[in-house]
Amino acid sequence: MSGIAAIAIIARLTLREAVRRKLLWSLAGLTIAIAVLTAWGFSRLADASPVTGPIEMVGVSQVLVLLAFMFSFVLAMTAVFAASPAIGPEIESGLLLAMLARPIRRGDVLLGRWLGLSLVLVVYALVAGYLEIGAVAWATGYLPAEPVQAPLYLAGQTLVLLTLAIVFSTRIASVAGGAVAVVAYGLAWMAGVLGGVGDSLNSDVLRWAGFVAHVVLPSDILWRGSVFALSPTEQVLKAGGLDGRVLQVSPFYASSPPGPLWLAWCVVWIVAALAVGIVLLRDREV
Amino acid sequence: MFALPGSTRQREGAEEAAAGPGAGWADGPAIETRELRKEFGRTVALAGLTMTVRRGEVFGFLGPNGAGKTTAVKLLLGLTRPSAGHGHVLGEPLGDVATRRRVGYLPELFRYQGWMTAREVLALHCELARLPRSSWPKEIAEALELVGLADRADDRSETYSKGMQQRLGLGVALLGRPELVVLDEPTSALDPIGRQDVRRIIGSLRDRGTTVFLNSHLLTEVERVCDRVAIVDRGGVVAEVSMAELTQERGVRLRISGPDGAARQVAARYGPTRVDGEWLAVDGIADADVPALVRELVAAGAAVHAVVPTRQSLEDRFMALLGADGNAGAAAESDAAADAVASRSSGPERVRP
Repeated sequence: MSGIAAIAIIARLTLREAVRRKLLWSLAGLTIAIAVLTAWGFSRLADASPVTGPIEMVGVSQVLVLLAFMFSFVLAMTAVFAASPAIGPEIESGLLLAMLARPIRRGDVLLGRWLGLSLVLVVYALVAGYLEIGAVAWATGYLPAEPVQAPLYLAGQTLVLLTLAIVFSTRIASVAGGAVAVVAYGLAWMAGVLGGVGDSLNSDVLRWAGFVAHVVLPSDILWRGSVFALSPTEQVLKAGGLDGRVLQVSPFYASSPPGPLWLAWCVVWIVAALAVGIVLLRDREV
Repeated sequence: MFALPGSTRQREGAEEAAAGPGAGWADGPAIETRELRKEFGRTVALAGLTMTVRRGEVFGFLGPNGAGKTTAVKLLLGLTRPSAGHGHVLGEPLGDVATRRRVGYLPELFRYQGWMTAREVLALHCELARLPRSSWPKEIAEALELVGLADRADDRSETYSKGMQQRLGLGVALLGRPELVVLDEPTSALDPIGRQDVRRIIGSLRDRGTTVFLNSHLLTEVERVCDRVAIVDRGGVVAEVSMAELTQERGVRLRISGPDGAARQVAARYGPTRVDGEWLAVDGIADADVPALVRELVAAGAAVHAVVPTRQSLEDRFMALLGADGNAGAAAESDAAADAVASRSSGPERVRP
């Protein structure tokens, strides 16, 4: 069977499972709940303190980034919980045994599972992200610097964690693999914050820590991208008499988006990780 | 129910087989392995498996737990790679992905997507096996009917009993009329009626010319359906037995009194003898020679109280080979026999006839 056809079968199976097991409906419900709560919360905020000037806009942006941070955590957890049992436990339970005896390569099974879960999570991240930004704009009139890019960065971060968890799932028990993926995500975020602080304070050690973290697990690169995209425009900052460098030490501010090389590295990292996962799964005893 | 369509002993898929991979092997063995070895770290699961399974035969693969049976099955299906040795399935090297189109497999550890109905599981495997989409409804309906799940076809498989799930697995294995069907302990979850159904299905497969590789430790089940049997232990074949030959290996048991030594000397002229309690067993004696043996025993002064014809069962052969006590009278199917096989853990030096 051609690889693409086999990958499509497994991806379709994964999507059907997500629908049948109510993962998709749960995410849809959460999305609506998040949008409604965001609109309500920000409208209350705007009622208490009308967003009329740049200082209020910066304040709204910080709350929005905080909200995005919590949302990115939810996305990361969803990715890890969905991907950790995707391969290994299905082999151990015998579920994949009958399928692997068909004319299908193990790598295609892994890629199909990854593709199916990616579609579910990317759609969730984009729909929920745009709804949140729309709700905030409706309630407060605040539109971040890059409203289109922000959910894309969050979706990218989710893909990185999904990839990490699914690679772990080829060899490590789902609980252990999921736990390691979550800890790695947290460490990468913290290292990224330290890297930002290092940039502001001109500390090579901290900058180096951030760099290494971004190379090893590029989830924070994309998180920093979404922070930048949700931050106020430079004009708003200038109008408020704020200097971006002062805000740089905040984990909820980024003065620039990730460069094209870093974005390219994210793509390379995902491809390389999937290649490692394919090899690990191919050589695994079933 | 339980009769495969087109069970005519003719190879209905012969044309397709000839056109497909391994066409030159269409009349070659279905399975051939040479010194196939599998190690997991320091553990040797298979220590040099050499066997040949002919096309169209029902081949039993027997052995105690831990003998390497399931490892062998996984090697044949390309689910794991050998540490050494080589082999062919349907004319193609082990692990050939395309060959899996022509093979059906019921795993020992059967489990299917619980959120799917039986019909959907079968459709998924039709797709995975690359069967033409137009053939799916017929294939699925036949499989459901064959394994007795037609009336539960649209229920989620997670609502099935273990036995029903195993039936579903059997249906999955038979989709697309595979040339080779590998059944790994196919009746482990079935009740006696289900076991009988499986025997009928295997019989129908044989009639259709399908090769069946039956991995089991249920001796009498294997004895009833198989043409040939390989007995494996500690990762290697210790004997290959033709069921036709086995059933010809007859004997007689006599309960006699009188001068022991003289009776045994007389009996020994008709075949190998052994004393089994108060019985004297004579192996290999032809039915026609039994009256002459009795006459000679009487002439030698022995009193003959009973004469019981016997034939060697697979269980006898199995126990003899693997070192457990033989039980010549235990020809009937019994769980105790299966338990005896499963629990055997050690024995004297193995015999390769």
